[in-house]
Amino acid sequence: MSVGILGTKLGMTQIFNQETGTAIPVTVVQAGPCTITQIKTQETDGYCSVQIGYQEVKEKALSKPELGHLKKASASPLRHLKEYRTNDVANFELGQALGASLFDAGAIVDISGKTIGRGFAGYQKRHNFKRGQMAHGSKNHRAPGSTGAGTTPGRVYPGKKMAGRYGGKQVTIRKLEVVQIDAERNLLLIKGAVPGKPGALLSITPANIVGAKK
Amino acid sequence: MNAEAIIRSIEAEYLKSDLPEIYVGDSVEVGVKIKEGAKERVQPYKGTVIAMRNGGINETITVRKTFQGVGVERVFLLNSPLVSYIKVERRGRVRRAKLYYLRDRVGKATRIKQRFDRPL
Repeated sequence: MSVGILGTKLGMTQIFNQETGTAIPVTVVQAGPCTITQIKTQETDGYCSVQIGYQEVKEKALSKPELGHLKKASASPLRHLKEYRTNDVANFELGQALGASLFDAGAIVDISGKTIGRGFAGYQKRHNFKRGQMAHGSKNHRAPGSTGAGTTPGRVYPGKKMAGRYGGKQVTIRKLEVVQIDAERNLLLIKGAVPGKPGALLSITPANIVGAKK
Repeated sequence: MNAEAIIRSIEAEYLKSDLPEIYVGDSVEVGVKIKEGAKERVQPYKGTVIAMRNGGINETITVRKTFQGVGVERVFLLNSPLVSYIKVERRGRVRRAKLYYLRDRVGKATRIKQRFDRPL
């Protein structure tokens, strides 16, 4: 586990690899600047972690307890706080600024964020069901078909795919490549798509590779 | 700086400034970089522009030619480093933005009238 960073999705574009000439689809992410607002250690909290804050706001946007918490780190009012578990907190200090330079070009990262909310979505959109035929007298267009057997079991099994709320959920996209960084403007160019619309809050952490030594 | 301006500034590094003005109906020669083993060379591709897509960094042209009696169409990403040069050889007079009707024509019917009011 290692410390990540909070950021905002700005949008997608493409850049070119100058050597091979291939076009690379990239998402532009504003990563930071983040401030370390709290450091938890084994002695004080029973576990080690670093809490960071992101996105400066007006003072009136936060409550007094929130402002009091940030005051301990002498940080400006920040909208989002997030904690990252880490084994080694010695390298961090309160009020320290973290930016895009936390990552190098070529690094592999995990990105989590909220997906685009699609509201109450039907079978086709939510579960990729097939559609019924539109013509030849058919009245079955977007219906689900059978949801199970009859008198036995006499009920629909739990977990049956049905229409319902789709999207607006926290997801993590794993093992995305950082193509380019701009430490001055705190920008990360990440190959591929990330959750949410432009403006969405993202958490970017070094990739969690299963089986790798921590 | 807002999100759009930031993305534009990233794209600006990759946009070519020396692209000629291309219109649909023009005859063009496109130099395509080709890698053969360790060697790299530029192969010319001549044909008629039958479609354009204006997409900033994603701008493309579709170039059609007839090669050994077979119609060939290639889509070129104009800002790609693989496109080393583009030369406009002849301006054409057409009345459509997309010349897909040329796909159904052969021989003399595929000719496009030249226009002289646009400089090369």
